[in-house]
Amino acid sequence: MTASSVHVATQLESIVGRSHIKSSPEECAAYSVDNCIPGVVAAPASAHEVSEIVRFAAKENLAVIACGSRSKLNIGKPPARYDIALDMTSLNQIAHYDPADLTLSVEAGMSLATLSTALFEQKQFLPLAVPFADRSTVGGAIASGLDSPLRQLYGTARDFIIGAEFVTGSGALTKSGGRVVKNVTGYDLHKLLIGSLGTLAVITRINFRTFPLPLDACGFLASYPSAAGALALRDRIANSPLAPSTFEIVSPRFPHLFPDADLWHVCVGFAGTAEVSGRVSRDLLAFAAETNSVSAQILEDQACFTLWQQIREAIPNLLSASPAMCIFKIAQLPGELPKLFSSLAKIELPSVVLAGGSGAFYYGFCPASPDLQLLSGTVASIFEICSEQNATSALLWCPTELKKHQNIWGQPRQDDGLMKRLKFAFDPQNILAPGRY
Amino acid sequence: MNLALIRELESLLDKQSVLHLPEDLALYQYDGSVEKALPDVVVFPRTTDEVSQIVRLAARYDVPIVGRGAGTGLSGGALARTGGVMLVFARMNRILAIDARNQRAVVEPGVVNFELSRAAEPSGLYFAPDPSSQKSCTIGGNVSENAGGPHTLAYGVTTNHVVALELVLPDGEIVRIGNAHGDAHGYDLPGLFVGSEGTLALVTEITVKLLRRPEAVKTLLAVFDTIDDATSTVAELTARAITPAACEMLDGWTLRAIEDYVHAGFPRDSAAVLLIEVEGLTEAVAAQATAVSEVCHDHHAREVRIARDNQERDLLWKGRKNAFGAMGRLAPSNYVLDGVIPRSKLPQTLRRLAEIGERYNFKIGNIFHAGDGNLHPIVLFDPRDPGQLELALEAASEILRYCVEVGGTLTGEHGVGMEKSELMPLLFSDDDFDLMRRVHDAFNPNSALNPGKIFPLSKGCGEIRVKSPKPAASPRA
Repeated sequence: MTASSVHVATQLESIVGRSHIKSSPEECAAYSVDNCIPGVVAAPASAHEVSEIVRFAAKENLAVIACGSRSKLNIGKPPARYDIALDMTSLNQIAHYDPADLTLSVEAGMSLATLSTALFEQKQFLPLAVPFADRSTVGGAIASGLDSPLRQLYGTARDFIIGAEFVTGSGALTKSGGRVVKNVTGYDLHKLLIGSLGTLAVITRINFRTFPLPLDACGFLASYPSAAGALALRDRIANSPLAPSTFEIVSPRFPHLFPDADLWHVCVGFAGTAEVSGRVSRDLLAFAAETNSVSAQILEDQACFTLWQQIREAIPNLLSASPAMCIFKIAQLPGELPKLFSSLAKIELPSVVLAGGSGAFYYGFCPASPDLQLLSGTVASIFEICSEQNATSALLWCPTELKKHQNIWGQPRQDDGLMKRLKFAFDPQNILAPGRY
Repeated sequence: MNLALIRELESLLDKQSVLHLPEDLALYQYDGSVEKALPDVVVFPRTTDEVSQIVRLAARYDVPIVGRGAGTGLSGGALARTGGVMLVFARMNRILAIDARNQRAVVEPGVVNFELSRAAEPSGLYFAPDPSSQKSCTIGGNVSENAGGPHTLAYGVTTNHVVALELVLPDGEIVRIGNAHGDAHGYDLPGLFVGSEGTLALVTEITVKLLRRPEAVKTLLAVFDTIDDATSTVAELTARAITPAACEMLDGWTLRAIEDYVHAGFPRDSAAVLLIEVEGLTEAVAAQATAVSEVCHDHHAREVRIARDNQERDLLWKGRKNAFGAMGRLAPSNYVLDGVIPRSKLPQTLRRLAEIGERYNFKIGNIFHAGDGNLHPIVLFDPRDPGQLELALEAASEILRYCVEVGGTLTGEHGVGMEKSELMPLLFSDDDFDLMRRVHDAFNPNSALNPGKIFPLSKGCGEIRVKSPKPAASPRA
């Protein structure tokens, strides 16, 4: 520990208490981001303490990265600087819950699993079934901007976040939005925090609208010899009155899902009364026949539940089996997906695809060789294909070494300048997760 | 107004696209609110490029600019509070594309909300936000104010349906944010700009999502003998997690005024009615209608009627959507509020509203989006009677303070504009304002766009810059 890090640790101890500071190399290494290790870890227990820490960091020009369970902390470019890890898991309480109003205010460090249990008691839930769900905190789920399969029916977080409290780069404890389901009072700053990777502010509390637990859930599974067939089923459903709760297309040989199959699978989830489920089942089976599926079946409760858990955790499972996996998140209009899928197929790498009904999908492959130049070239080709077709793409997971050769955010965008203006407004000294965008 | 600027505007557009005579400007000092403010000149651009050039020109003369759609707003958002150039988007009213396969439309800001749904109808699609003024309000205005409507209960407000925008910044730069698929990494810029009330940029093109029309719709009219029973029904529907597509409440006094005007079929002798719509799959709608009826009857509804056909349904909605017009028959003026409360607080809030009305001796009508907790108390007054406007504003302020007190907010869909800016400190701290101001200044550093909106002007709320109403005498070099 250097003299300066001792000084920092001592100052932070005065804010959060000695027991909430970690400073040994081993402890700090557990908070590394792309091999950057912080000098000290502080675990504030209140929004006020977060504010005090960030004020101190701003005064000393120290870089701060906030984290929860750290399951998605490597998403982003490597940090330009990293002095203090802010472990938010002590801010883990439900601040306000009005089940009769279907609204909730929860501290950022609360785990999604604990929150789900509390909501379940009121027969409610939050449609934030992101990957790493057993570990993720609410704040991490929002800051990482990852989707859940439930976006098919419930939308993304921007559709059900109604407010937030957060600490800006100058240490000010601020808020936007509120605790009601409809609100246009002031700027919607909380929406900017979604997917911001902690670069704008440290989230301390988030307000959501909650949703009633659906009635008995059912599933449907169809398989196709090509992506075109699976996409045709997507179009057929989109042009029908059906409103499934989940929709995913899974490419052949997807580890942990359909590892041995040479077929594309379409998984659809839906819920409702027996009459509704009967109607949806009949329609889906008919649509599958119309689109020449190889097989189609209705999944009952438990099989359906297991399949959706596996789909939700498909990315963590891929990474766990192959840590060097490169996984892009790509978004395109659904009608343009056949063309994009065929262009990506020309890369001629064994790859996997997990695609939602909205047109956003994960595309992953294992590097064929350890040669970083070669890998960088492949990644650049994928970015180029996407850019040419007006799809957006970002490389969310890849070996850290590759990040030195390749901008994981792809090609520059026209609104990059506006993003920089916002970053400066929120964090004028650039101390919050600097360099990650 | 500076004649040199007017001549330059006329040269840039044409004489018919520039209004500056007092009799021509008079109309533009109003919107749907009780506020008024006169612009110095009104212009009607036809293209984004013209908008950009107007903005550059106004900047050169140091004159503020306010964008305006149809002027139906209810918070003074599209009024020129400090004078200057009013930029009306009425001639940028083309639907540029409807992409049925991807359920997207690209429109200019002057497109009337209802016209988009009509154009999308052959594809079985529609634009979900449906403000009461949807037959005249523009999508540009909807974007600026983040407009709602009855059916936003199920489908969300404007921001939930906007995926990309073309903007003109105060320095004239044209920039695109978001994208058609609506799913990019990075900061959610459309999420910020929608609802920013024209204070960050002018919107010149909008890409929106279109929804598929539901297979089945049932519209229920539940009739109650007390307001308490109606509000308790709404709270219970929410608590039982029954989410209709729309759930509107009209009190007896208001619905009688509507009946005199529209003859919508509301029972005149009731204390309140709920207009509830359920839609979706035929099988789901049947089950939901039964569940809604049960809750209504549990709360002593004396009748729950289901509209027999589209004609009856349309008539009921006509009554709801023309309510503000009906109020115009009862008093020379009215002030429509827009507070929001937690749904669980509806019964006590409606009781408080009645008490405030009695205390101030104003008739306060209630017609509102009950399912969202979005109140629209209508305070009727006579502005010719000295002091009545001030008293009406005082009563309104007390109502909004109560909304905040029970955990709610000042505005659910009308925007802060100039009418509620002074109440903002009820919700926001100096630190909150400081950040909002920094975000404002990141895009609109000289308050050239729509000055005097959202932020309070009174002392103690930070130094909010507002341009002088008098423009500079000559252009800057």
